[in-house]
Order: sequence, then structure tokens, then C-alpha cells
Amino acid sequence: MKGFVLAIVFVAVLFLGNSLLTGGLVPGFSVSPYFLQVVSLAGINIILAVSLNLINGFTGQFSIGHAGFMAIGAYVSAYVTATFGDRIREGVGMLPPAFQNSVLLLVALAIGAACAAIAGFLVGVPSLRLRGDYLAIVTLGFGEIIRVFILNIDAVGGARGFSGIPRLANFAWIYLFAGATILVVSRIVRSSFGRTLVAIREDEIAAEAMGVNTTRSKVISFVVSSAMAGVAGGLFAHYLMYVHTNSFTFIKSFEIIIMIVIGGLGSITGSVLGAVLYIVLTEGLRQFAQYRMVLFSLLLIVIMIVRPGGILGHRELWSFLGRRRRVEPRIPPAAAA
Amino acid sequence: MTTFLQQLVNGLSLGSIYALIALGYTMVYGVLRLINFAHGDVYMLGAYVGYYLSRKLKGDEPSLPRALLVMLGAMITCALIGVVIERFAYRPVRRAARLTLLITAIGVSLFIENAAQLVFGPDPKFFPSLAPRTDFRVGGVRLTSEQLTVIAVSFLLMLLLRFFILKTRTGKAMRAVSFNLDAAKLMGISTDKIIAITFALGSALAAAAGVLIGMQIPKIDPLMGILYGLKAFVAAVLGGIGNVPGAVIGGLLIGTSEVMVVGYLSSTFRDAIAFGILILVLLLRPQGILGRAQKEKV
Repeated sequence: MKGFVLAIVFVAVLFLGNSLLTGGLVPGFSVSPYFLQVVSLAGINIILAVSLNLINGFTGQFSIGHAGFMAIGAYVSAYVTATFGDRIREGVGMLPPAFQNSVLLLVALAIGAACAAIAGFLVGVPSLRLRGDYLAIVTLGFGEIIRVFILNIDAVGGARGFSGIPRLANFAWIYLFAGATILVVSRIVRSSFGRTLVAIREDEIAAEAMGVNTTRSKVISFVVSSAMAGVAGGLFAHYLMYVHTNSFTFIKSFEIIIMIVIGGLGSITGSVLGAVLYIVLTEGLRQFAQYRMVLFSLLLIVIMIVRPGGILGHRELWSFLGRRRRVEPRIPPAAAA
Repeated sequence: MTTFLQQLVNGLSLGSIYALIALGYTMVYGVLRLINFAHGDVYMLGAYVGYYLSRKLKGDEPSLPRALLVMLGAMITCALIGVVIERFAYRPVRRAARLTLLITAIGVSLFIENAAQLVFGPDPKFFPSLAPRTDFRVGGVRLTSEQLTVIAVSFLLMLLLRFFILKTRTGKAMRAVSFNLDAAKLMGISTDKIIAITFALGSALAAAAGVLIGMQIPKIDPLMGILYGLKAFVAAVLGGIGNVPGAVIGGLLIGTSEVMVVGYLSSTFRDAIAFGILILVLLLRPQGILGRAQKEKV
């Protein structure tokens, strides 16, 4: 009951905040559209970073094709609203128009997430059965291939990009889903299933010896993570009203990796921090845009050498605040095989 | 039948490029158990070094000595780059968790790609022709001199590599390191030196592939290493990762099947072939054609 009330309050605050920021609440007060867009895109990055951390940070498997799943979510959900939008709206015609749009967005996001999850299953099963770094190379390949496929589908605009998507998502929706992602991932990680994921990360052979079905756990974690990337893609499409495959290159995947590596692999607050830091640095260094990726890649190497766990490591932000300090068992990192 | 033979020749010449790159992947994986993501980018650097060298070495007539000089120059430069990458990025994290090593490799790859875009400019450059070109016709099949050069040079390099690995002391040490790094160290082998030599050899072969591709498809750009690297890695997995002859077989198979699919089906799926093959290999025979299944031990 307490959680339910909290959720209602959270949603109310978000939507009130949204109208406040866009100038609908207090006359004469609003933030610049540029600022609002940066903040909203940061929210999408939070969803991407937290969901990628589930597979990369907590399960210890390395996916570098997150943008591919995001692309699937973006294109599928955009196709749903652009093609079946009117029919879905008619189906819920008894609701007021604003709610019709909400239903439409939710339906589109659900279908986009489902397709991303199916793709994640198809990619995950062959590569996660094996030990080692195969997932990395398979997801890298998948991310590029899916882009080429989308480029060749004329129904979604091909090389012209997909335009004419209604603007159904806004600041409030994005942060609603960002909150949901954080909640779901943190609940998963603390469940007994989450313990099996961490066990696989620490020592896969030992986990298997303890009776963990490692392939099954890895695939579930990967599919959940892909579905969340699909949601992020759907929000991205319905926020910017236009998608092009150029937004989903491997560069985007690497950006998400940089966020979680900076913040801390295996730390939820770390990935939120990483996502925000990344956006702040990107926008702050706009005049040095061409040096941006050079700097970030150097940062990635230096962090790996100096502090391989990222800024927070496996710890959460609140574990640094005195009283609620949680004692983490000190397990040495799995030695190189 | 003629079309088929023609496609086969085209496939073999593309496949030898993949094979040359795949050798670097497989050798590094052999000694370090690392997917060297930056390897495809070293190949790209090889192409660029070749490009700048051939523009420096004036003499508008395409001539064989100049081609040879360009090739050697690119190979030596990239061998040094490979050693530098190993020394400053991989060696500090060699004893850390595998994930750390992998992320470092991704970082190096990103760094090279973006630095190359800054230094060389993001637009494609056109590789000057290095050797005099003639076409041969053998029973209706057209063989360009570039294709023949690519195939001949790759096979020469592969034979040299095989000789080096099997017949020299250093090659023997390399095999020992890839068999068991710690045991090799206990036997008095300087593993650091051997690992550096492995990177140098792999990078030199990738540079040769870069110059050869420049001769054949004269358009080079800073991101060309990604797809070639990916396909070459698939070739290494197909042949059995860590297995040197396997990399060659895998490269030739990937190149041929790519050309065949483009020739007979559609060019849309050109880049999806290698990926499909990778999925199939992982499902059916993850150890690859020549690899032996290994049980992971504690």
C-alpha cells in the first residue's frame, strides 16, 4: 500500500513537474526548450545505462549492441503508432483524448519492447550458451546488421529516416519509465534470481556447481535488458518525432558502455550518475565536439587501468553515506583464466 | 560455370584479405585469450600509412619496387603501433579480470577510430595505384593483376608466418606461451617479449591486408576497419580461434561465401552473411572447424 501511494505521488510529481517546466503551471515560468530536451534525453540515457548494467555489470556478460535493440524498439513502436494509431485510438474512444494518446504510447512501447526482447532472445541463446567473450562480438555484429536491415525497409523510410511520428512522449513519460527501469532492475538484483546473476559474474563455474542454470539466467537477464532498451528506443522516437538509423550506430552502443563504465559496473546509482555525467560533459564540451570521442575513449582506457570498477565500483551511492553503510563482501575479481 | 569460377576467384582474393586479418586475431587470442577489438583499426591504419607513403614516394609510374617499399613501410609502422598498444594499454591490465581487458580493447579501438577521423579527416581517400595493372583471361575468367597480387602476397606471407611459428626458436616460444603462459614463464621464456612479438606480427599482417585492399578497392576511410575486423574475427572463430591454419581456412570461406551471396542472391545481405555464419558456428560447432573442444577448468 505504501509503495502504491509512493508511485502515485511520483507520477503526480512528474506530470506536475512537466507542466511546470513547459510553462503550463506558473504563468511566465518555463525553462528553455533546449534545456528540457537535454534533460529528457538524459532520462532516456538513464534507461539505457541502467538496463545495460543489468547484463554488463551485474551478470558480467559483455553486450556492445545495445543501440541495436534500441533501434528495434524505436522503429517498431513508431511503426505501430504511425500505422495503427487511429485504430487504437478508436478502440479506446470512450476515454478523453489525452488518455487515448497515453494508451497508444503504452501499446506502442509494449510492442516495441516485445520485439526487442525477441531479438535479444535470438541473439542471446547462441552466444550465451558459451563461455567467453562471444556475446560481445555477436552483439556488435547484430547492432550493425539490424541497422543495415532497417535502412533497406522502405515502409519505415529506409535511408530517408522515419518521420511523422506523433509526439506522445514527454519529460514526464521518460522519467516515469526511467524510474520504473531503476525500480525493476534494483528489485531484480536483490531477488534470489539477482543473486544467481551476481554469482555468474563472480565465478561462472562455481555458480554452475552450486546448481545455477547459468545459460537460462544469462539469457533471461539479457532479454530483460534488451526489452528495456526497446522501451528507451520507443520513447526516443516519440519524443523527437523522427528517427534515423544514424542514431543507432555502434557509436551509440559505445556511449552507453562509457556511461556505465564511468559510473561503475554493477552499480545502479553509478549508471545513473554515469548517464548524467556523460550528458553534462557532452553538452559542456560542445565546442570541442570533434575531440569528444577521443577524450572519452582515452578516459575509458585510463579508468580500466587505474580504477577498473568505475567511479562507484559495485557499490551504490548511499553506501558512501555513513549510517546506512552496507557491508559488501570483499570478493577479489575473478582472476584471468 | 564461368560465372561460378569468376566468383570463386573474386571470393578467394577477398578471402585472403580476411585471412590476413584473422591471423592477427587468432594469434593474439592464442597468447592472451583476448579479442583484440583494435585489430581491425590497425588494419585501417595500415591502409592509411600505405596511402601516405605512396604519395610521399613520388614517381608517377606505378612500379613494383615502390609497391614493395610501401608495403614494407606500412607493415613495419603497424608492427610498432601494435607493440605500443600492447605495452601501454593491454599490459597494465593483463592480470585483471577478463572484462577489464575487453573494455580496454574496446577503448583502444574507439580511440584509434576517432583519432584517425581527426588526423586523416572523416572523408574517404582514394588509394593511388601502385603496380602496373594488366588483365589476364583464362578460359573466360577475368583475372586482374590486383587480384593475383593479393592472393600471391597473402599466401607468401602466410607461408612465412607458418615457417616462423613452426621452425624458429621464437615461434616455438610463441606456441609454448599460447599453450600455457605460466608454464612457459617457468621454463624461462620471456613472455612479455613473446606477447609483444605476437602483436607485432599480427599487426604487420593486418597492415599488409590494408595495403592490399587499397590496391584492390581504392577507397579507404577511418571506419573501414570495423566491418572488416568483424568479418575477420568471424573467420577466426569459424576456423577455430587460436588456430593459425584455421584462420586462413575461415578467411577464405567467409570471403568466398560473401562474394557468392552477393553474386547469386542480393547485395543487401552482403554484411549479414558473416554474422549469420557466426551464429551458425556458435550453435553447431563453437570450437570451429579445426579447433578442439576445450573443457573449462577451475
